Amino acid sequence: MIPAPFEYSSPKTLSDAFTLLETSGPDSKILAGGQSLIPVMKLRLGQPSRLIDINNIQELSYLREADGYLRIGALTRMVDLESSDLIKKKYPIISDTASHIADPTVRNMGTAGGNVSHADPANDLPGTMVALGAEFVAASSKGTRVIKAKDFFVDTFTTDLKHEEILTEIRVPMYAPGTGGAYLKLEKRVGDFAIAGVGVQISLDNDGTCTRAGIGLTAVGPSVIEAVEAEKALVGKKLTEEATRAAASLASDASTPTSDLRGPADYKKEMIKVLTSRALKRAHQRAVGGSA
Amino acid sequence: MEEVLRGLASKMHVEITVNEQKKEADVEPRLLLVHFLRENLSLTGTHIGCDTSNCGACTVLVNGKAVKSCTMFTVQASGKEVMTVEGLAKGGKLHPIQEGFWEKHGLQCGYCTPGMMMAGVALLQKNSNPTEEEIRRGISGNLCRCTGYVKIVEAIQYAAEKLREAQQQKVEVPAR
Ligand SMILES: Cc1cc2nc3c(=O)[nH]c(=O)nc-3n(C[C@H](O)[C@H](O)[C@H](O)COP(=O)(O)OP(=O)(O)OC[C@H]3O[C@@H](n4cnc5c(N)ncnc54)[C@H](O)[C@@H]3O)c2cc1C
Ligand code: FES
Ligand code: FES
Repeated sequence: MIPAPFEYSSPKTLSDAFTLLETSGPDSKILAGGQSLIPVMKLRLGQPSRLIDINNIQELSYLREADGYLRIGALTRMVDLESSDLIKKKYPIISDTASHIADPTVRNMGTAGGNVSHADPANDLPGTMVALGAEFVAASSKGTRVIKAKDFFVDTFTTDLKHEEILTEIRVPMYAPGTGGAYLKLEKRVGDFAIAGVGVQISLDNDGTCTRAGIGLTAVGPSVIEAVEAEKALVGKKLTEEATRAAASLASDASTPTSDLRGPADYKKEMIKVLTSRALKRAHQRAVGGSA
Repeated sequence: MEEVLRGLASKMHVEITVNEQKKEADVEPRLLLVHFLRENLSLTGTHIGCDTSNCGACTVLVNGKAVKSCTMFTVQASGKEVMTVEGLAKGGKLHPIQEGFWEKHGLQCGYCTPGMMMAGVALLQKNSNPTEEEIRRGISGNLCRCTGYVKIVEAIQYAAEKLREAQQQKVEVPAR
């Protein structure tokens, strides 16, 4: 299949990209890894008039800890998130997620920024970023602003980003020791989108009481869902079997799946319960075991 | 009409090194890399098996990384090095991965084979001694409708061994 014609530019700096975005029409689009956008264009579900390819903007590609945050440049590839020792050791929820997105060939191209900006409810990284309480840095020629996860994901394929803005960084707070996270995804076959997915990140104090819980749900609503009631129910408690089960039920209540080729709605709701419970157990093990 | 004009107005010049040969062309930005390889360069070893970026039959190496050439525009490859299945054999001698598919019967209809071999080469560049599980993960972006994968895994294991032997011989030479 052949996409509709478009103009193409590949700026080398962010400021050139801003100028291009401002001077081209509202139907121009940013091209990152292209692993969502190009399939959309081949199916002619999208026909942008211009693509602004950000792959040559070196300053968007980095992964480092600084000033209390893990900072992920928007152009960081999935393969780099998956294989980074820093991520594996301190943010295993992110390596869990990256290693279950699509397949290794797609992950060579697909970027962190693209996965969240596409805002497909079945994208996996949004659930994880919600669990982590991540923030999103949007930049334009007018400056930068920081968007909280709960404001960033607006609706299906819709984020809070304005047309002239580029997502430059995803930043994740560096939690104190005693934190742990996990992402679990149920899929029909390797490389497929999730039937349902759950990301969990918890922090415990010295006697094992939960001080913070973040829970994000994938593919069970029009957009990623934060299971707020489940999070609240955990704070101030120890992660006993009973507390875990109660939180898993509340997470399931927060989900609003629809029936489709990947399964009936009530099955997905049930799976959210199972996955949340398992993810909480793994997150707990990681929190007490020293590695996040 | 406007669509047609827009397409015509915007041909772009690309220079791409394909299988170590420099190629130049003026192409529409919408031309997918797989179509450039197959139609402009007649390198029909790279296959198209789906329209949904799922099957991996179109896998090539771009600057050494495996990518699905049906999910990349030709203009994105400008200034880069592309390797296709045609670039594997050197001086009439098969690449170890090709030998592996031959010896271990790693194909039936052969449709997925070029993509499988390129994914295999990329995997072995990163990991010269992969376990069976690592091989299966490594080729999980490539679908085969015929073999059931067992023989493909064996073919990649065969190539891994050959490549390691060749590497060892290289290391031993200066010691002599
Ligand atoms: C076979 C296959 C299987 C897949 N399976 C999964 C899966 O299981 N889970 C999953 O999560 N994803 C999956 N994907 C999607 C894949 O992970 C994409 O790579 C990812 O969703 C988008 O990242 P990208 O860099 O390729 O973005 P692109 O396709 O380049 O862009 C996607 C959208 O985001 C916008 N955008 C990109 N970067 C920015 C930026 N920095 N600022 C503002 N806007 C931006 C673009 O304009 C576009 O609208 C799959 C894709 C394929 C082809
Ligand atoms: S042709 Fe199927 S992935 Fe490219
Ligand atoms: S040999 Fe026929 S598809 Fe793999």
